[in-house]
Amino acid sequence: MSDFLIYKILLVVGVFTVTLVVAMYATYGERKVAAFLQDRIGPNRAGPFGIFQPLADGLKFFMKEEIIPSVSNKFLFILGPSIAMITALMAGVLIPWGNTLIINGAQYSLQITDINIGILYVFGVVSIGVYGIMIGGWASNNKYSLLGAIRASAQMISYELAMGISIIALIMMTGTLSLGEIVNQQAGGDWNFWNVVYQPLGFLIFIVCAFAECNRAPFDLPECETELVGGYHTEYSSMKLGFYMFAEYINMFISSAVLSTLYFGGYNFPFMNDLGLSHNVITILGTVFLFAKIFFFIFFFMWVRWTLPRFRYDQLMNLGWRVLLPLSIVNLLGTALVLLWIDK
Amino acid sequence: MTLYLFYFLSFLAVLSALMVVFSKNPVHSVLYLIITFFCIFGHYLLMNAQFVAFVHIIVYAGAIMVLFLYVLMLLNLNSESEPHKNNTLKFVAVISGCLLMVVLVAALRGTDDMMLQDNGSQVGYVKNLGKVMLTDFLLPFEITSILLLAAMVGAVMIGKKSSNTTTPR
Repeated sequence: MSDFLIYKILLVVGVFTVTLVVAMYATYGERKVAAFLQDRIGPNRAGPFGIFQPLADGLKFFMKEEIIPSVSNKFLFILGPSIAMITALMAGVLIPWGNTLIINGAQYSLQITDINIGILYVFGVVSIGVYGIMIGGWASNNKYSLLGAIRASAQMISYELAMGISIIALIMMTGTLSLGEIVNQQAGGDWNFWNVVYQPLGFLIFIVCAFAECNRAPFDLPECETELVGGYHTEYSSMKLGFYMFAEYINMFISSAVLSTLYFGGYNFPFMNDLGLSHNVITILGTVFLFAKIFFFIFFFMWVRWTLPRFRYDQLMNLGWRVLLPLSIVNLLGTALVLLWIDK
Repeated sequence: MTLYLFYFLSFLAVLSALMVVFSKNPVHSVLYLIITFFCIFGHYLLMNAQFVAFVHIIVYAGAIMVLFLYVLMLLNLNSESEPHKNNTLKFVAVISGCLLMVVLVAALRGTDDMMLQDNGSQVGYVKNLGKVMLTDFLLPFEITSILLLAAMVGAVMIGKKSSNTTTPR
């Protein structure tokens, strides 16, 4: 029992560290990708190729003067970025980061816990995440922040619906809510494809909604600087602003992980059972492949950000309610009909 | 351990529910209500009803309360601009609140025999819940969905009427 506990604690700390490091280097990656897409060089001063840039940025955030507006509600003002950070970190618990490792005959799963309502947990965490933005924006006592907070809440609710319905279609296909089982069903061999092959429309809806839920361009209306100064974090400074920024990158990492888990086979890779390697090697290779998929999706997030212009607010709402929601319902009904037809 | 957790959660739930009523600022009320929902979420988890627990969080804390906050922030109510209610209204509110409590207590009094005996069961898991809902309790389930549909249609009707008169599109 104690062995098990120590292993789980190590795994939790490991996932936590990896999440933070990936998010840290995602900021560096973002600037490099932006530079690449705009034909610039990007950060290259701190260390070789500028790889110490995230450390320098973090130090800068800690050293900046911390300003709390006197008219704001101090407790809620601090609570805002805390909630954003906590909820961003919470979802990593359920992602299956790899298959099992066999050490001395005992099986150790690389997933921290596999509760039987896995997807719902991720959904719950995502839906609570909006409170960080709303409370922070309201407690700032600033009109621009308030507008940003209101936009964030409206956007989250509109896109959560389409996202939920697109996932329901996937759940009907897999017949389980547990993320571990969904990944195992996509294991290679015998014409067993990844879920994206069966649910292309659902995947498309899901990824668009993931952009909206992460407040990433082209849906970054809550922090639209051309209209709202800085959006919900106008009044924030120092590391509290840093936490908001950081939470966004963590969210991006987690949603990339969820995307690869649900639709791109998680830690499975093609021909994994035909290589004739031992179980542990396959597991480690699978984790490497999972991270390759995640990094691809993070790159995709950045690629879109530096390619597409921002939506107008009414366009955003139209897309959510009049395009994505009906499309996801059509997808749901289509999946149900096909499943019934196959069953017969 | 579970018993202490139960008492702690119950205490927190009652305390935050009282704070919902007593706090002056409506936004604080909503935030306390969210804390209450999280306590109830904990209670569901103690009963091993994971599905109900997470649906509770997604629907109530994640959607309905966000909408509440959204409306309150749009109105931007302050304690100064809050409309004062007269004493008759307060009196009526207290009476009706007490009546509601009497009804609830009366309804919950006879439920001792219906308690779930099997502790640590898997009744709350999605599979079992779905099976029970769509076989044994099919009629109540369908009636509830029709009720929700009717409420939704009603809300759309009300929203449509006001938008026709003010902003024709």
